[in-house]
Amino acid sequence: MTGAEHEATANGAAEDAAAADGDAAAAVPKRDLAQLWVCAFLAVLGVLVIVDAARLGGFSASNDPIGPKPVPIILGVLLFAVAAFYAIDALRGGHGEDGGAHAGERFDVRTVALLCAVFVANALLIDWLGWVISGSLLFWGAAIVLGSRRYFLTLAAAVVLGLATFYGFAIGLGLGLPAGVLQGIL
Amino acid sequence: MDNLNSLLDGFAAILTPGNLLIALIGVTIGTAVGMLPGLGTAMAIALLLPITYGMEPTQAFIMFGGIFYGGMYGGSTTAILLNTPGQSSSVVTVLEGFKMAKNGRGGQALATAAIGSFVAGTIATVALVFVTPITVDFAIGLGAPEYFAIMVLALVATASVLGSSRIRGFASLLVGLVIGTIGIDAVTGQQRLTYGMPELANGIDIVVVAVGAFAVGEALWTAARRRNGKDEIVPVGRVWMGRGDWRRSWGPWLRGSALGFPFGAVPAGGAEVPTFLSYVTERRLSKHKSEFGNGAIEGVAGPEAANNASAAGTLVPMLALGLPCNATAAVMLAAFQTYGIQPGPLLFEQESALVWTLIAGLFVGNAMLLVLNMPLIPVWVKLLRIPKPYLFAGILFFASMGAYATSGQAFELYVLLALGLLGLGMRRFGIPMLPMIVGVILGPMAERQARMSLQLSGGDLSGLVGGPVAWTVYGIIAVIALWPLAMLVRRRAVRDREAVAAG
Repeated sequence: MTGAEHEATANGAAEDAAAADGDAAAAVPKRDLAQLWVCAFLAVLGVLVIVDAARLGGFSASNDPIGPKPVPIILGVLLFAVAAFYAIDALRGGHGEDGGAHAGERFDVRTVALLCAVFVANALLIDWLGWVISGSLLFWGAAIVLGSRRYFLTLAAAVVLGLATFYGFAIGLGLGLPAGVLQGIL
Repeated sequence: MDNLNSLLDGFAAILTPGNLLIALIGVTIGTAVGMLPGLGTAMAIALLLPITYGMEPTQAFIMFGGIFYGGMYGGSTTAILLNTPGQSSSVVTVLEGFKMAKNGRGGQALATAAIGSFVAGTIATVALVFVTPITVDFAIGLGAPEYFAIMVLALVATASVLGSSRIRGFASLLVGLVIGTIGIDAVTGQQRLTYGMPELANGIDIVVVAVGAFAVGEALWTAARRRNGKDEIVPVGRVWMGRGDWRRSWGPWLRGSALGFPFGAVPAGGAEVPTFLSYVTERRLSKHKSEFGNGAIEGVAGPEAANNASAAGTLVPMLALGLPCNATAAVMLAAFQTYGIQPGPLLFEQESALVWTLIAGLFVGNAMLLVLNMPLIPVWVKLLRIPKPYLFAGILFFASMGAYATSGQAFELYVLLALGLLGLGMRRFGIPMLPMIVGVILGPMAERQARMSLQLSGGDLSGLVGGPVAWTVYGIIAVIALWPLAMLVRRRAVRDREAVAAG
């Protein structure tokens, strides 16, 4: 969870950085310094892993000589090392698999944030309203955020999908989806 | 002969109307999801895994077999018509395939890809029938230290050999290993990296990781680039091949299959290298060299066959050693585990019927795909015309449904979103996804083997090294690790020599 928050802030800030040196990027097309946020993320993850490992009791038993501690510590150290090498690579103009194709690209934070909001709304509402209502809202909201303008048609499609999946998977195949407020009606 | 009899039993098990229907559903869903850009077979299986909880294991695996081959058919269609490789293994297909489509030969490109996939799939599955039992015989003598060494090899190789940037591969791998560490330690029962959240005690389900990184990540990535232009879909004509196309295709199909299978069967051999090798080979052997770069049919036929054969090859280490080397195999392994089945050398003894039904299912699914897809490709292409808002709203809808169903807790949805954001970041920075997925599933297994080896040696670190097999494997790891260093030294030497020559 915490990792994701860091990633989220990393992305948001990465966007700012990319926007800020949009012109600079045109002049020096080889370097994508937003990648340094990835290094920061890896380093923070390393801290989280090591802090947690330090908390673990370092006991060992006859059936487990090393205990649960060494693996996270090794991972933490490797995370720092990779973060450092990644930073060097980024500073020297290194790129990912896409050859840095998305380096100067517009990053639409607003749409991403709205889509996340729709997603979180589903997570908050699913147990109370049930899958049919919250899932329909998820589909409808996501389609609108991603640019659909046929509000009623989309809503109809969403409700049909919600009902179909509930009857097909929850009742038909025994998948654990909540009925929520519609308990007894469906 | 024993194996052939078991295989025949497998066919007998699959040839019931109910099981054939399940196989049909599998190939259909596989093709559909495989066609959607950025998703692919691993995600299709991950999404369907919760739905199959109510099924018999055999039926679930018949379906997975169908999805596995269906997804590869779907992937090649997208590569040829959209000019976007769905996964790194179809990068080479795009080179000639999209050119062919632009020249109005899209139908021929799709046909040679489909028939080539069938030929390669059949050859590779036959090879699988013979090679897997041999691997099992070899694997049965291996102990914990050897397993640990092979797993480390698989991890290091996925991170460094595949993809273009080692450092990004390792970053992805480490994130995956950390995700795999979350939860209660199996030996001591201590909670690791849960930070007091009881929902994390059981760890993060591989389904949630795969669906989050692939599906939710792709949806967020589409949202982030909403105003960055549109994909262009090239229209297809009729899907057929003339006599000339057949004559130019069959050689590449066979050579592609021969190249692909061994690479797939070796831990972390991957599909990238054989597809590329196949492309280079066909270009060298072709009588139509000038067509290469402008849409040569050999350049589609060979790499597509290599791709399929290598995918089937990855089932060898998966079934015989319990070692997943691509994302699809990782998710399938997770599926085995949810049914309480542990892949590995003992699988063929304990779950013989299940394994042979799965393999028979691969043959049946492969044949179904050929019959279905040749006439139906134009219908499938319509799937690519679904407007993006609906497509990704639907993907988020099904992703949420699947993740919620893994445990029945809304908490899974937050984890799903967190991993989606992670996937978004990885797409933005061109970090490969595969090492992370393999790390999540293989990391905890490797740790268990390491601790078991140390238990056997009483805590002495020499227990990790074990016998000659482990030594050999560590030697290979050393070569992989030192290769870039050697190249660097060589490049320096060449540069110095040039400098001397110039001076």
